[in-house]
Amino acid sequence: MKAFALFKKDWESELRTRYAVNALAMFILVTISVILFSIGQESISEYLTGGLLWVVIFFSAMSGLSRAFVSEEERGTTLTLQLISAPSTVFSGKLIFNLLLVFLMNISITILFALFFDAFVIRNLLMFFLAFILGSFGIAVSSTLIAAIISKASTKGTLYPVLSFPVLLPLILTLLEITKSSIDGATVSETWVEIAILICYDAIMLTAGYLLFDFIWKD
Amino acid sequence: MTDYSVKLNNLTKTFGWRLVFRNVNHEFVSGNIYGLAGSNGSGKSTLSRIIAGVVSSTKGKVVHSFKGIEIPPEKLHEQIGFVSPYLVLYDEFSAEENLIHFARIRGIPFDKDYNYSLLQTFGLYERKRDFLKGYSSGMLQRMKFVFALQHRPKLLLLDEPTSNLDNQGKETVYKVIRDYGKENLVIIASNEDNDLALCNEILNIEDFKTNPGDE
Repeated sequence: MKAFALFKKDWESELRTRYAVNALAMFILVTISVILFSIGQESISEYLTGGLLWVVIFFSAMSGLSRAFVSEEERGTTLTLQLISAPSTVFSGKLIFNLLLVFLMNISITILFALFFDAFVIRNLLMFFLAFILGSFGIAVSSTLIAAIISKASTKGTLYPVLSFPVLLPLILTLLEITKSSIDGATVSETWVEIAILICYDAIMLTAGYLLFDFIWKD
Repeated sequence: MTDYSVKLNNLTKTFGWRLVFRNVNHEFVSGNIYGLAGSNGSGKSTLSRIIAGVVSSTKGKVVHSFKGIEIPPEKLHEQIGFVSPYLVLYDEFSAEENLIHFARIRGIPFDKDYNYSLLQTFGLYERKRDFLKGYSSGMLQRMKFVFALQHRPKLLLLDEPTSNLDNQGKETVYKVIRDYGKENLVIIASNEDNDLALCNEILNIEDFKTNPGDE
């Protein structure tokens, strides 16, 4: 309940300041436009569209998700948060906020891909949907934890992609595999190993987040 | 009187090689107003932040107890009201919106009468629906007191409590501190003689700066 109240505060603040939403929206539009211009009249393979989808999602996450903690640190409101809530509440509240942003961002990107890329054809929608949910959750959890770490650093801008790359790489590689399988029309049982990896990744990152956040949050 | 106490056990803080203070041992008990004195950069703010639980000490421990039972770190924020120059409230919200959000995040009901009476005490009631970005520095300082008192904390930690305040604001703050200190524990970190004049006991941080080799 307290975490949801914190999320509500962040969301209302976001609607007024547009710290993250504008950055995400602009990044998505610019990236997809650049891809469309560079492809031109060329036809691209189905696998490539699946790969491009996750590349756009990965870099969009880099551009907007760090704001959850960075904006608090830049405005100096971190102390206020420390004084009104327990670390686990802060982590949960920021995670809910990032989950909402990631799902909004990923749904928009997928819809734009479906509209503009003829080659983006998913034959096993259930599997893609499963990967989409688990992948988005993984991105949100990892991004929240990394954002908390980098918000304390002086070189926030460069540190975020540097730290995110090794942490998100196993997730993105697994998502690419499942997307490829769902384009091929493979069944869920055929890609069960990859789905299990996603579930394990999400569980590990969530547990690590709650365990480590206390140490990150306190100066 | 609330039976609240804060015990500092061999508290030491260093930033890299720089010693801020060493082996601070003291007990603060409710019903008193304590002062933390010392020159600029002596570590008053650092000590108050360590007591508030937002900064870790290098060595030693701070023990907060209520009725003799130690308060776990994750529950500490429920007992502490903190005013500091480093405290920044959300300027995209009005004073009232800030208080509503803080109450919800703290997990307490938004007591309209009590919150409005705090705003009235600090002269902000008429401007409660204005965004904080339009507040002067003195008004923001008054708002920090409303924020600190909103959840009726048992420990009120005040770092430079009268900075940016006019004479009327200072008088209001002094009255609140005197009244609050009768029942609760108040710790003031300040250089101002008038602030420290409110205190029953003053701890000088300069007394805890000796390296073992210096003696």
